[in-house]
Amino acid sequence: MTGQRGRPVLALHVAVVLLLLGLQFVVSPFQHGMLARIMVLAAFAVGYNVLLGYTGLMSLGHAMFFAAGMYATGLTVFYVGAGPVDGFLIGLGAGVVLSAAMGLIVLRTTGVSFLIVTMMFAQVFYLTTLYFNRITGGDQGLILTGHLHPLRLGALQLPFADPAVKYNVALAVFGLCFLLSLWLTASPAGRVLVAVRENEDRTTMLGFNTFTYKLLALVISGGISGMAGSAYTLLFSYVGSSFASILYSIYPLLWTLVGGSGTTIGPLVGTALMTYVVDITSGVTPGYLIVVGVVLVVIILKFPSGIVGGIRARWLPWLP
Amino acid sequence: MAAVAAVAPLLATHALRRTFGGLVAVRSVDFRLDRGEIRSIIGPNGAGKTTLLGIICGRIPPTSGRVVFNGRDITALRAYERVALGIVYTFQIISIYKRLTVYENVALAAERRLMRTPLDHLVAVRLPVAEQVEGALDEVGLRGTASRIAGSLPYGHQRLLEVAMALAAGPEVLALDEPTQGLAPDEIASLCALIRRMSATITILLVEHNMQVVLELSRRITVMDRGAIIAEGSPREIEANPDVRRVYLGL
Repeated sequence: MTGQRGRPVLALHVAVVLLLLGLQFVVSPFQHGMLARIMVLAAFAVGYNVLLGYTGLMSLGHAMFFAAGMYATGLTVFYVGAGPVDGFLIGLGAGVVLSAAMGLIVLRTTGVSFLIVTMMFAQVFYLTTLYFNRITGGDQGLILTGHLHPLRLGALQLPFADPAVKYNVALAVFGLCFLLSLWLTASPAGRVLVAVRENEDRTTMLGFNTFTYKLLALVISGGISGMAGSAYTLLFSYVGSSFASILYSIYPLLWTLVGGSGTTIGPLVGTALMTYVVDITSGVTPGYLIVVGVVLVVIILKFPSGIVGGIRARWLPWLP
Repeated sequence: MAAVAAVAPLLATHALRRTFGGLVAVRSVDFRLDRGEIRSIIGPNGAGKTTLLGIICGRIPPTSGRVVFNGRDITALRAYERVALGIVYTFQIISIYKRLTVYENVALAAERRLMRTPLDHLVAVRLPVAEQVEGALDEVGLRGTASRIAGSLPYGHQRLLEVAMALAAGPEVLALDEPTQGLAPDEIASLCALIRRMSATITILLVEHNMQVVLELSRRITVMDRGAIIAEGSPREIEANPDVRRVYLGL
């Protein structure tokens, strides 16, 4: 069944990654930097989508995982002088550990309670980063320039300030998360997650321990978010508590919904679209948020299941 | 067979009790189910039938008492663990994955038994899922519907799909909670034939309001009223039982 569909699906996803690889040679330097940022944030949205789109759990606490990756990497680089690879792995670990610990508590709730409880956890984390501002730099943040070693690949020295390094590291992180989410949707465990989303009671009565599967989804989601936060810190040499604020819990939700919750490509589309809409309109008018609002309303009216979700419903039912 | 069964029931409850606040839904129920039988539980609304079924399947924890399955105390086991042991349940209100295909619905049930190692979770298993799905769909008479979206099936077929999912889950005991509810007469007849066919290999526990179905299918009938078992016996004995006639007909 997946054998016939598997090949075009894989080809499409590889094509998306190759397209992003190729874009760096044609776009302007400004777009170049913007795309790097979009790819890292899209990786964050991919992580969010694992939980919302494929498991049906809506969290308002993902800023915590993103910021945990960010701070774990940033603080070890800043204070301990860790290298970028070590810093990245520590960031990933922070996302995984924090999401597992939080999951054991918050997965006792569902629906709106889940939303609220995850938000409370994230707020505690946010306030903690402000409270320990002597270490974290609080809302001023820490600038890592001068502390961050270049990435070493064999004899190659790759400084993160180099736009090409920035772009390709962002692409590598995004590609990893993107293909990971594709593989998850094709795996038996991923199908159980969809079953939990569609009808949890039924899934329990087929003999699945749905708590374990939800925890798995949360840990993968938190791990990917942590990776994205870590990559953001490495690429833009900055950690700051604004990334732990509620706004960064809302963003991935918004990007995922606009692009298409429960589609593998939706998070990328949503992140790119929203980032560009904000960028273009804010250059034209100071009241750009009104325009952003109108765009959102139009998208929701035209594509209630997101852009890629709408495309799937109308034309390409085989999209994962 | 009968002698063996009399010694060791497949499933038994001991002094089972469940209260909801001040309401006693099930009071001191000693229930036993023998291997291979079709057993019906009947009784007026609120008699505690669905609660008893819920406790047996692990959906509702008992306030006190024990549930024993195959000689093993399973009172502390969760619902999903009991499914793995072979106690499978179909819902009173049809519960399927309406937005997934018929194939995916049944495959999920079959895969749970095949996913044994962590690796099976990660890699699309090349295990005989397709054969099992086909077998279950054939058994209930839904051959040829595999690629349809489950929610688009007619109501009666959705009920059959749920039975196919239960079959693919590998039941030893199949608990059916009012399976004929909402079905047309001809659909009821074919469901009865299906239940009888399944009972060749599976023990059936039926909660049902349709007395014609109950009398036709059951080997034994358990009658509940106000949380307690008031009678148990063959269809003929139950029909003649004055207590049952009083509870049911107000005579």
